[in-house]
Amino acid sequence: MNSNIFDVSDVNFLYAAYDNNSQDVHALKDINIKIQKGDFVVILGRNGSGKSTLSRLLNALLIPQTGKVLVMGMDTADENNTWSIRSTAGMVFQNPDNQIIATTVEEDVAFGPENLGVEPGEIRKRVDDALATVGISHLKENAPHLLSGGQKQRVAIAGILAMKPQCIILDEATSMLDPVGRKEVMSILRKLNEEESITIVHITHHMDEAALAKRLIIVDNGKIVLDGKPREVFSKVSILKSFGLDVPQVTDLFYSLKQQGIDIKKLPLTVEEAFEIIDDLQKHTS
Amino acid sequence: MNKPVLEEINSKKPIRATGVLLSEKGELTKGIRSFEKNMIRDITIGQYVPGSSLLHKSDPRTKLILTFVMMIFIFMIDTYWGYLTLAIFTAITVITSGIPVKFVLKGLKPIVFIVVFAAVINTFTISGTPIFELGFLKPTYEGLNVAVKMAIRLFLLIIMASLLTYTTTPISLTDGIEKLLNPLKRIKVPVHEISMMMTIALRFIPTLLEETDKIIKAQSSRGADFENGNLIARAKSFIPVLIPLFISAFRRADELATAMEARCYRGSEGRTRMKQLNFTKNDVIIAAITIAFMAWVLVMQNVSK
Repeated sequence: MNSNIFDVSDVNFLYAAYDNNSQDVHALKDINIKIQKGDFVVILGRNGSGKSTLSRLLNALLIPQTGKVLVMGMDTADENNTWSIRSTAGMVFQNPDNQIIATTVEEDVAFGPENLGVEPGEIRKRVDDALATVGISHLKENAPHLLSGGQKQRVAIAGILAMKPQCIILDEATSMLDPVGRKEVMSILRKLNEEESITIVHITHHMDEAALAKRLIIVDNGKIVLDGKPREVFSKVSILKSFGLDVPQVTDLFYSLKQQGIDIKKLPLTVEEAFEIIDDLQKHTS
Repeated sequence: MNKPVLEEINSKKPIRATGVLLSEKGELTKGIRSFEKNMIRDITIGQYVPGSSLLHKSDPRTKLILTFVMMIFIFMIDTYWGYLTLAIFTAITVITSGIPVKFVLKGLKPIVFIVVFAAVINTFTISGTPIFELGFLKPTYEGLNVAVKMAIRLFLLIIMASLLTYTTTPISLTDGIEKLLNPLKRIKVPVHEISMMMTIALRFIPTLLEETDKIIKAQSSRGADFENGNLIARAKSFIPVLIPLFISAFRRADELATAMEARCYRGSEGRTRMKQLNFTKNDVIIAAITIAFMAWVLVMQNVSK
């Protein structure tokens, strides 16, 4: 067994035209990626770049027309693997309202393990653990529509955790949340990644979230165009802008300063890093 | 419905989203207010009232079966003495269940019209000894007798049925129905699918109500008029609300189905439940009291004949 949780090789994906007037959409073109266990991967890309399609290939919601997707060595094209793949790689979706099934929080978290046929006593334990991990044990009797957006997404994450997955895929799960909700979700993801070594694949539009990742993949027009540590990727500011993407605000500011001729060796990704650089600069000049 | 909106409506402040222009006239906001009020206020059947009475604590299956038996029983009684004892029994049940009597009576309001209408029809159409004659109108004593009995039956029926929903959470009610209908699986009735549909419907009622509220406000801010004109014109004015609502409901359904699949949902096959239903001492007590009462009334009714 190798250490790759996902192994995507030579994958093409086409959305067939639904009538004669429209054309097939070639969403993914010859994609090759390997994602290691325990990694924290952020996938960035503009709308229609194919990043959501990629995420759906990873848990067998979509099957590629050509090429292979292996999840822990299991081929997603084989129907016998579908359920074990989906319990290995759980998925959180964009709209928090449309993925909560039950009328109370704890019933919803129990939905996944119930589907897997887990014993009632064990489900109870898993539900309590999952709710405690995401910090919403006190809301377990509540109706989902009374929760805030961030809390709803935490319920969704707890619902996945209760299935004991090795990986959580988040398909723009933070895009409908306010800054507070986004912060809540991101800190839980980092905790899960660091403490429970759960692999995270996070698709987002927010550059500050991307800066927190261990690995950053940029998708444009169905192809992987950049892949590496956030620091490496974000240092290529002009290339990123050509893909219609931004860099974090501080990075952008320091990039402009650098172009004005100020001596900056490495671009900062966070405000804290920026402070250090300014401190250094002051020491040098004084 | 979300709380802030309700509070805003009840405090009679102009609804913010509809803006200054509307609150000056005050008409449209009033229209929306009465629409929303009517929608939630009068319909109490189907609502759950939290509590810790014997009825609250008993198994939903017990309550479902007893309610069903009670319905048949109500139609087996045909003496006023029987109705009186049943009314007393119902009153005692309501009081011990801890549900506010006012709340129960409010639940009867929507059906008063139907009951009165049926009673009038009965009185005037059933043939027998006339009370008085006025042209073609011939109310009869026999008709009046049937009408009064029917009215009492309907009211008791509604109270009993609403007691079931007042004391049972929606989720345990659907669980109970699923368990009770389980034998029907053998004749290929999709029992699990039906109960899953009920659960999802219950889950999405508040979400869709909230959405309706948003759409109404969005359309009013674009100049839609929900208040003026006759009944048909007003019904028509709701088309611009219903179409977006339907489209969004379908989109939600699609996303929900994907989310359920991603969480390994594949029907009832091999599925377990976290919460198991268990019969307890409470169920035995409630069933014994109710059945003893019904048997006693039936025996007395036959003796007195």
